[in-house]
Amino acid sequence: MKAKQKRLYLALGGLALLGLASALVLSAFEENLVFFFSPSDLQAKEVAPGQRLRLGGLVETGSVARATDGVGVSFRVTDGAASVRVTYDGILPDLFREGQGVVAEGTLVGGVFQAREVLAKHDENYMPPEVADALKRAGQWQGGAPAKGAAQ
Amino acid sequence: MGGYSAFVWPAYGVVALVMVGFWLAAWRDLRRHRDELAALEAAGLGRRRPAPDTAPNSAPRNTGEARP
Amino acid sequence: MFHRFANPARFMALANILSPWLTVAATGLLVAGLYFGLLASPPDYQQGETVRIMYVHVPAAWMALFVYVALAGAGGAFLIWRHPLADVFAQAAAPLGAGFTAAALITGSLWGKPMWGTWWVWDARLTSMLILFLLYLGYIALANAFDNRERGARAAALLALVGVINVPIIKFSVDWWNTLHQPASVLKIDGPAIDPSMLLPLFLMAGGMKAYFLAVVILRMRARLLARRVRALRLAAVGG
Repeated sequence: MKAKQKRLYLALGGLALLGLASALVLSAFEENLVFFFSPSDLQAKEVAPGQRLRLGGLVETGSVARATDGVGVSFRVTDGAASVRVTYDGILPDLFREGQGVVAEGTLVGGVFQAREVLAKHDENYMPPEVADALKRAGQWQGGAPAKGAAQ
Repeated sequence: MGGYSAFVWPAYGVVALVMVGFWLAAWRDLRRHRDELAALEAAGLGRRRPAPDTAPNSAPRNTGEARP
Repeated sequence: MFHRFANPARFMALANILSPWLTVAATGLLVAGLYFGLLASPPDYQQGETVRIMYVHVPAAWMALFVYVALAGAGGAFLIWRHPLADVFAQAAAPLGAGFTAAALITGSLWGKPMWGTWWVWDARLTSMLILFLLYLGYIALANAFDNRERGARAAALLALVGVINVPIIKFSVDWWNTLHQPASVLKIDGPAIDPSMLLPLFLMAGGMKAYFLAVVILRMRARLLARRVRALRLAAVGG
């Protein structure tokens, strides 16, 4: 009886895990597969007021402005074709930089994106600082960088 | 670690824990089953099909297990 | 040729020869990987010292995928040819794969918090990796849920084959959909986007983990084969 019960629980546990896995797949396919919208998507999309969504793109170089109280920050997120102003009160991640990728979650209010959370997105390039400096000096720098931004 | 030691060291720690843990558990299981088999053989079991090239009181060949 | 090693005794003879070499290779590669990963490699120009998490995170994630593909291969071999050794391998490998997947998820979380600003997001890469972990757990539970070892092995093999669809989804999730996780750095068309000084510890750790997996999976297979023999002897003793 005891071994049988153990096997029953194992079978039920296995089924529950499989169910959870498929549920995650399905919900992911619903909407979460697209983790964020680009500024161009946002312009083309009908956004209901107050609808929470994620906006992703590069932080436009030179657009970051901190509020005088030292808490709020405002910047523009661009995908090269369109850009959206974002306001945010909170702690920015360490990787938040001008010209770097960013994903903000919040609501679009009158053309301004009010973020509740800002996450940094990094690219696939890894190199020592000296190599990055050398590339910049040689004028071969491409992509999101702190110095020469990708915001054309 | 440039102020990130609270993230870098736990990451290495987790991987070390998993890898060392599996390695030790595998050796422990192997020793346990080897001792069980030796005890059974000492009790006279498992000698009914001695391989012709195996000395009578050494471990049977078909366990594939050599004592260290 | 393959059939020769499907015989447990022959396999064990081969495994006993390979074991010490695999242990030496794993130890050497991992020690070298730790030396280059922690001491003799530069910080990243953007991510600073947190880039060192990559040298355990990425190899663990590669192993998570590799072991699952091996599990599906063994499942296929078991279903088609009924090789008992395929099942012994799969049962020995599955917990290791689950361990590597958990390690990849946890180290990723420890990397995401300081860099992205979050421990976890439900993007396609992270979600599909969590599903891989659940598949491993479901596989282990299913394999042990049956009275009959053979039936459990068959059901688990089927699950491994069905679940392997998740592997390409994980790999290409960062290309197919918008994700917070960055795209592939090593396997890309125009060559790796990682500096050679960082590729070295990455490949050393990856090679070390691969050798470690083979060494430990052989230990676990040997233990299982011994346990099977102990069970058979006890049954024979009881049955007379």
